[in-house]
Amino acid sequence: MTDFPLFPEKASTIAQSVDTLYWLLVAISAFFAVLIFGLIFFFAIRYRRRRPDEIPRPILGSLRLELFWSVTPGLIAIAVFVYGTVVYFRNAAPPPDAMEMYVVGKQWMWKIQHPEGHREINELHVPVGRAVKLTMTTEDVIHSFYIPAFRVKMDVVPGRYTTMWFQPTKPGKYHLFCAEYCGTQHSGMKGWVYVMEPVDYENWLSGKATTESMAAAGERLFQKLGCQSCHRADAPGRGPVLAGLFGSTVLLATGEKVVADETYLRESILRPQAKIVAGYRTQMPTFEGQVTEEQLLQLIAYIKSLGPKERIDTAP
Amino acid sequence: MSTVWTAPPAKTETNYLNESYGIKSWLLTKDHKRIALLYLAAITFFFAIGGFFAVLIRLELITPAGDLMQPETYNKAFTMHGVMMIFFFLIPAVPAVLGNFLVPLMIGARDLAFPRINLLSWYIYMIGGLFALYAMVAGGVDTGWTFYTPYSSTYSNTQVMATAIGIFILGFSSILTGLNFIVTIHKMRAPGLTWFRLPLFIWAHYATSVIQILGTPVVAIAIVLVGLERAFHIGIFDPKLGGDPILFQHLFWFYSHPAVYIMILPSMGVISELVTCFSRKKIFGYGFVAMSSVAIAVLGFLVWGHHMFVSGQSVYAGMVFSILSYLVAIPSAIKVFNWTATLYRGSISYQTPLLYALGFIGLFTIGGLTGLFLANLGVDVHLHDTYFVVAHFHYIMVGGAIMGYLGGIHFWWPKISGRMYPEGWARFSALVLFVGFNLTFFPQFVLGYLGMPRRYHAYPEEFQVLNVLSSAGASILAVGYLIPMIYLIWSMRYGKPAPANPWGATGLEWQTPSPPPSYNFEETPVVTEEPYVYSHEEAEVV
Repeated sequence: MTDFPLFPEKASTIAQSVDTLYWLLVAISAFFAVLIFGLIFFFAIRYRRRRPDEIPRPILGSLRLELFWSVTPGLIAIAVFVYGTVVYFRNAAPPPDAMEMYVVGKQWMWKIQHPEGHREINELHVPVGRAVKLTMTTEDVIHSFYIPAFRVKMDVVPGRYTTMWFQPTKPGKYHLFCAEYCGTQHSGMKGWVYVMEPVDYENWLSGKATTESMAAAGERLFQKLGCQSCHRADAPGRGPVLAGLFGSTVLLATGEKVVADETYLRESILRPQAKIVAGYRTQMPTFEGQVTEEQLLQLIAYIKSLGPKERIDTAP
Repeated sequence: MSTVWTAPPAKTETNYLNESYGIKSWLLTKDHKRIALLYLAAITFFFAIGGFFAVLIRLELITPAGDLMQPETYNKAFTMHGVMMIFFFLIPAVPAVLGNFLVPLMIGARDLAFPRINLLSWYIYMIGGLFALYAMVAGGVDTGWTFYTPYSSTYSNTQVMATAIGIFILGFSSILTGLNFIVTIHKMRAPGLTWFRLPLFIWAHYATSVIQILGTPVVAIAIVLVGLERAFHIGIFDPKLGGDPILFQHLFWFYSHPAVYIMILPSMGVISELVTCFSRKKIFGYGFVAMSSVAIAVLGFLVWGHHMFVSGQSVYAGMVFSILSYLVAIPSAIKVFNWTATLYRGSISYQTPLLYALGFIGLFTIGGLTGLFLANLGVDVHLHDTYFVVAHFHYIMVGGAIMGYLGGIHFWWPKISGRMYPEGWARFSALVLFVGFNLTFFPQFVLGYLGMPRRYHAYPEEFQVLNVLSSAGASILAVGYLIPMIYLIWSMRYGKPAPANPWGATGLEWQTPSPPPSYNFEETPVVTEEPYVYSHEEAEVV
């Protein structure tokens, strides 16, 4: 109880913009609260009943005043809406060079994989000054990944991927909370984010015994599940070639076009019948229940790793 | 309290209370005033249960470690607190008690349009309540009052089904009450009582009834789907079965956000009656106050997505819900400004109901202003699901809705019971409530921005000081609720007999004796002027 903060630490590039917006809203709220409280106190004293039979002259109202106090708050509301939306949109999309990490929530722990293959539970080590993008899902119920010092939060939803990003600005140790109620040990589903100097981060990475990168693990899994017998590396087999697939636009048998993102790949592995690529038949079996959420992320990391290089190779 | 009052012997005329006696005369009554009292007893019971769970929560949170209860117990405590307070107390509180009692009286009618359905809706409420009580004693439920899927539909091993059935049944009571009010207000107004001569209490209840009829079926459907998924694994919400867990949030908040307005609008109606009476003034801007109730009811249906800003919904959807949420703030601001302006050049008497009304305006203002933070995309990402949200909605629901309810109970208590309550105690407890409330919930705004998530059984040590303040405030708040319960019950027997119109208020309900006869009015009143005419001097337009 020695430490008794009233305001959270600021440790990410967006924290200041959120705080500025917050203080602006505090100022607006304080102004209106003082105005209303002040008027009530003033009127209540100034116009207190002095004689029991006192009857004041009635006032019907005032169109001018009504318009004034509808339009003014309306304009203020629109201004803070625009400001807040700008902050939100600016903070929504990760920069293209962000490091990618993967999060799987589970009652009641956070499982994190680094692309290099390191795994952590309820801890996240990141270097200071680098943007980090998290791709997240959960094995069971909805959770929410929340780092107050970074002012970021995103729900983690079963059956789909959500993403968030941040760029830490200050080395230190920060709270990681689950913010969406998820059952018995909800308040125990928390951990720490360690922001380290880049050198320390490298040391931390190299000091940890790692078996293989996520993409390598994904490739091994790809072989083991026999995916390559249909998804051949060189020419189209019974399934489409996966090289260069990630991030490209896919034409479906229905004539629709979809972007092959993480969610699309996930669905195509678990429910191949859902979206069939034009020119192919539906022979692929479902892998629902055969691969864990973490293995799915490894498979996707592998498919992603096939991406740009192969595409350059095959480009005419 | 020097003299003990007994019923004065001179008073022999019959009223709705002494017209007949015995349990049966109450349980089979079709008199809207008696049904209101049946509701009063029932919701007070559920309020006490909800309050008991609030005490458990605040006791647990005095220390950072989860040392008082097991985590399961704590999760059940906050779930039962929410379920009891929201579904069984706040939603019915003002409409089912004060609305039931006053809607016919205020419009000069002998009863509601469908007296039997009115009684039926009380029984439906009680059956729903029995299911919820069964769920509570059979082990409780731990999903939070929001029942988010797939936790509620697949993972929770608690009494989700019994609670869901209880809330489902309860919904019909709410729908029937709304229907009854709408028909009554349309068809049974006294001669001369045109729409724009209606008291604002009636306008507020009309708007509320519309929400009850349109919104409640949606939450009923959502609850049925959760039940079906639990029983038959039909795959609506669980992605493992091909469902979508976010769908539930849409269905749930499509009702549950408007439900906030079901809780607050009737109290707003009460405040308009209190402010005018105790300043002896016409309401400032009648048309704007009346229409803002309707605007809130309509816009309230378009803002549900602001509960889902971090659920992964499209950023553009977030943007639309954000601006719509800001729009709904404007009619609320209009009300606050008009109430304040009504005090201007009034003749203000600080009786207990006015203290509650002023408390309402202040606390609702803070609750509304902090809503601006949560409607704001940029700040909500940080504040979502933290104690800031908890503080915000308690300012609206407790500081607003319950303050309005208690203000109304005090204002109409002479009419309801035929007795006056002790004014000194009443003013004192209004003050205790105001202080206790702020001490309980203001620190939670700070906790929220610091990042303390909601529904945490244990929390990091640096949050303890603020949590202790909050728990200390809660103990004061509890005293503030207990005192009125004691003196109101006391006053039913020992209070001074009330005259027909103790406050010198306008309004038809004050033109009939206290307590009113069963048939309300000897003769159907004829209305010849607007409400709140405290002076026949020509009105100024400023």
